[in-house]
Amino acid sequence: MKTLVYAEHDNASLKDATLAVVTAASQIGEVHVLVAGSGCGAVAAQAAKIAGVTTVHVADDAAYAQQLAENVAPLVASLMASHDAFLAPATSNGKNIAPRVAALLDVMQISDILSVESADTFTRPIYAGNAIATVQSSDAKKVITVRGTAFAKAEETGGSATIEAVSGSGDSGTSTFLSAEIAKQERPELTSAKIIVSGGRALKDAETFAATILPLADKLGAGVGASRAAVDAGFVPNDYQVGQTGKIVAPEVYVAVGISGAIQHLAGMKDSKVIIAINKDEDAPIFQVADIGLVGDLFTVVPELVGKL
Amino acid sequence: MKIIVPVKRVIDYNVKPRVKPDGSGVDLANVKMSMNPFDEIAIEEALRLREKGVATEVIAVSVGPDKAQETLRTALAMGADRAILVVAEDVEPLGVAKILAKIVEEEQPGLVILGKQAIDDDSNQTGQMLAALTGRPQGTFANTVNVSGDSVHVAREVDGGLQTVSLKMPAIITTDLRLNEPRYASLPNIMKAKSKPLAQKTPADYGVDVTPRLKTLKVVEPPVRSAGIKVADVDALVAKLKEMGVAA
Repeated sequence: MKTLVYAEHDNASLKDATLAVVTAASQIGEVHVLVAGSGCGAVAAQAAKIAGVTTVHVADDAAYAQQLAENVAPLVASLMASHDAFLAPATSNGKNIAPRVAALLDVMQISDILSVESADTFTRPIYAGNAIATVQSSDAKKVITVRGTAFAKAEETGGSATIEAVSGSGDSGTSTFLSAEIAKQERPELTSAKIIVSGGRALKDAETFAATILPLADKLGAGVGASRAAVDAGFVPNDYQVGQTGKIVAPEVYVAVGISGAIQHLAGMKDSKVIIAINKDEDAPIFQVADIGLVGDLFTVVPELVGKL
Repeated sequence: MKIIVPVKRVIDYNVKPRVKPDGSGVDLANVKMSMNPFDEIAIEEALRLREKGVATEVIAVSVGPDKAQETLRTALAMGADRAILVVAEDVEPLGVAKILAKIVEEEQPGLVILGKQAIDDDSNQTGQMLAALTGRPQGTFANTVNVSGDSVHVAREVDGGLQTVSLKMPAIITTDLRLNEPRYASLPNIMKAKSKPLAQKTPADYGVDVTPRLKTLKVVEPPVRSAGIKVADVDALVAKLKEMGVAA
């Protein structure tokens, strides 16, 4: 079995999300990596060093600079003639591209897998993670997205894969990248942060959120997340959202501040190793999953905590 | 310009799903069912485009059981002009996309707006698959949609922020949470919806084979997290954090 892993990158460096996918792919068969981008030679060199990767295919073309699904999916589909399984990270990029590849191959995708049971059988969460389904695919080729938090990261070094240039049909002419507003984050990225401090609706407004949550995150060297309510209310940008339809995180420590714990939020963080909840409502559902709970007014508790850390 | 909005009947957003004891799936008997929340957002966006004069007709489509008629009536009550129900149980995203591709071929909509994922199977596939099958561009996880001339600008919610793309119409869009706030159907509109046209079809009418490709071997509850301890005050919390090595 030959697998093709879709490398997550920004043309300059390879993203960690790729490493977990390599681990998942290695449980299915031989691991090849596709780097589709523009001026992405450094990424390919990085991918070639990942332990367990045997071949890196590089498609370096201006048409792939933004990895638009319309351009990338036909490239992947053509490479799948010589691979048995395509695996992409369940990132916004992977989720955008993989189903387009699946349909081109007439394959039913298996989304967001948590484990590889065999080459055709996988587990995946359904109903916001309230149930785990074991599914078996009858398709000859597999198209899969991988939940990054469910697999260990492959070693970044130790491999010496051969790098091969490949090319696809280039620009489909149907879509154009216009702009990106990517928040410059000096904090750890949510999906790879070891510690996350998240705030909920109780934080009142954007200023209060920043004044309360950020000092604590700074003290702990933590990434910052939020509940859907906090994002919808405009306290923080949308990519802070942790939950069923936002980011799925599993840090060592998750500190939920003023978050009641709706099932959709729990779906995004309940695999965290240690959950700490601070909430003034002692009946809040968040306490049912928290390892350590503190009932109290966050506006007095959090500053006190920051002072004592 | 026509807009097609596929909608799915799913377990209500507020209901906690229960896994059947025999591991065959999730128990949906006597459970409140509603329109998938992302699909409500899709309907709302289509209606707003019609109200702006960009679109002329909004067609709601569902591939599902007979009871999905209720979901389509909700879409009609919100303001969709007509509906198509393709009666079939448990069709996978690939099968749904194939049926939708046939409907797109018949109706020639300028846009198809879908929810980005259904909250039951959490697949997040149908829109992208439909885009592939129809050869149309895709604006997934839309935060803002602006039609200008023969193209549509879509600001997409991506990891790290927003990405804006321009798509040549006809195009496929999938909705994210912050695209809009769906309206409620008013009572007069609910009454009116009862007489709006709702066509009934089958996958065979479109010549689509919807045989599942995935077999669900079992469904289990996720590992349960048990509640831990409650600490009395900040000092006790700090002590715990130190114990864990999180704080120095």
